[in-house]
Amino acid sequence: MDYASIIEILDSTVRLGTPLLLACLAGLFSERSGIFDIGLEGKMLVSAMMSGAVAAVTGDVWLGLLAGIGASIILALIHGLASITFRGNQLISGVAINFLASGITVLIAQSWFQQGGRTPSLSGGGRFHDIVWPFADQIGRIPGIGPIYQNLISGHTILVYVAFLCVPLTWWTLYKTRFGLRLRAVGENPAAVDTAGISVIRMRYTAVLICGVLSGIAGAYLATSLSAGFVKEMTAGRGYIALAALIFAKWRPWYALGSTMLFGLLEAISNRYQNIDLGVIVLPVQFMQALPYILTVIILAGFVGKAIPPRAGGVPYVKER
Amino acid sequence: MDRMPHWADVVLVPVLNVLIAFVLSGLVIWAIGENPFDAMQIMVSGSLGSTYGWGYTLYYATNFMFTGLGFAVASHAGLFNIGGEGQATLGGLGVALMCLFIPWPNWWLAVIGASLGAAVLGAAWAAIPAWLQAKRGSHIVITTIMFNFIAAALLNYLLVNVLRPVGSMDPATANFPKPTTLPELNQILGAIGIPFAKHTPANVSLFIAIAACVLVWALIWHTRLGYQIRALGKSEPAALYAGIRPVRITMYAMLISGALGGMMAVNSTMGESGRLIMNASEGAGFIGIAVALMGRDHPFGIFLAALLFGFLYQGGGELALWANIPRELVTVIQALVILFTGALDNVVRLPLEAAFMRARKRRG
Repeated sequence: MDYASIIEILDSTVRLGTPLLLACLAGLFSERSGIFDIGLEGKMLVSAMMSGAVAAVTGDVWLGLLAGIGASIILALIHGLASITFRGNQLISGVAINFLASGITVLIAQSWFQQGGRTPSLSGGGRFHDIVWPFADQIGRIPGIGPIYQNLISGHTILVYVAFLCVPLTWWTLYKTRFGLRLRAVGENPAAVDTAGISVIRMRYTAVLICGVLSGIAGAYLATSLSAGFVKEMTAGRGYIALAALIFAKWRPWYALGSTMLFGLLEAISNRYQNIDLGVIVLPVQFMQALPYILTVIILAGFVGKAIPPRAGGVPYVKER
Repeated sequence: MDRMPHWADVVLVPVLNVLIAFVLSGLVIWAIGENPFDAMQIMVSGSLGSTYGWGYTLYYATNFMFTGLGFAVASHAGLFNIGGEGQATLGGLGVALMCLFIPWPNWWLAVIGASLGAAVLGAAWAAIPAWLQAKRGSHIVITTIMFNFIAAALLNYLLVNVLRPVGSMDPATANFPKPTTLPELNQILGAIGIPFAKHTPANVSLFIAIAACVLVWALIWHTRLGYQIRALGKSEPAALYAGIRPVRITMYAMLISGALGGMMAVNSTMGESGRLIMNASEGAGFIGIAVALMGRDHPFGIFLAALLFGFLYQGGGELALWANIPRELVTVIQALVILFTGALDNVVRLPLEAAFMRARKRRG
């Protein structure tokens, strides 16, 4: 494998890792506040459909992005209503949201566009385009670091940079602000937070909303950056991989960057090579596809480090009377 | 003290929940510009209006009974087994191995062997997440989700690289030998003089599924193991105090759950397609969750809910055929049923409880 193809693989790692990163950070906010969210997949999917549809109709990708975030927030609010206000089972609510998204996206897209459940393909202002950094061509000619600057740092859509900026931002919010401290506390010991006079319900709703916004951006990225338009089931399990990445990252922002890029790399490799010949054994492409899930099971089993979820995760908070 | 009479808890609340889900589904149909009442009529006539329609409805219902029972058994032990899909996938593999590599003389010996193969592999696929939950404390929801994906990848690999007959492009096994073909429902009903449409996928597995309903009922409410499973599900510390071993009961519950999910393949892989194909479980593992939630984890409730979902599934197919409504409508209805019978249960329950409390107070 030569240098150019390594750069190419890393480039597609960034592209494929970005939606995972956004969704993973979305899940991080929700789960850190004590709300389990297996509905990331569904929220991404509605956002992909909505952003694709609105961007196609208006020709403005920014309106598409807003519409996508809006759709994702609606599902986030349903999840909040079920798991915070009505103290229902958060897992069941997540499952329901995934199915709702899977069905309703096709119904709406078919009803609006009659193209078999897809949205019209986007072009021009309907898509996010790659941003070329200054002097990318000139610097790209320098051997060694040149291609890194030209292909890895430069030449991505705005949402990729947003996703990467979200990592330090999430870290700062979580560990350096009062809001972050309260958020983490509400996921560990909501009763203590309540005693301090802070509304558990409000904290959790805020977290669920942030989760909605971030998974909305992730979905919009799929339809308007990675592809040009929405197709049926286009998330293809990415919400679940993001969930796996979140566990792999032990619910921490910087680790999340690492785990999502690792899973992005695995996807990039399995897209590029059908089978990987290691000399001793040949790894089939299906093994590469299953690897994120296998790794997550291993990390969950505690054989390599231990992933401990927020303690109050999944438990509805009932105020003492 | 009970806040509600028992009948309200097991009948009234679920019926109201399902009603809300259906009204909302009607609104969805209306919102995409179709008439909900016409749609309903197409669904009813297509799935219940002829014995041909019933043949499909009962076929789907059989799948959902197995996966619903599987989810319910784990649920009684307080375990959320979202891995029915993967367990059904492995069950399909068990059926295929049994049917392809053992020369069965007739169908009823074959169906015993295939059920065993499906149950063992389904249970094995549930055993790893169960063990990880019981021994290592890893969350069973996440591990079973992961195992669904791993199962899909594994089956994909096996069908493409190992089990595919030489010269075939289709990622599927060879057709199972003739003696393993299960009797269709029209042959069984015809033997006792009931006319039934030919060439429907409903087959003898329906009776296995009904037997499984009865057996699960007996297991949960009339055996020591069932009592231990329910005790563990209600309260782990209490169960521990009563001398119940959580690790062992977790394992048993998940093994039974996985075996039931796997046995779905007897109906679909052996009864319907006659060979193992990619994605043979068709999402039935997930519908099992809806079925079990709606049936309140009781086998009789599951039987009824499975029939309802069989009707929805077949009716949804008819809608896609005869109206401008995609099949995915069924997915939306399924989502709403899960949402309202599962997560938003309290929307109905809390006001009803309050109403019953008031009524009781008035009576003194």
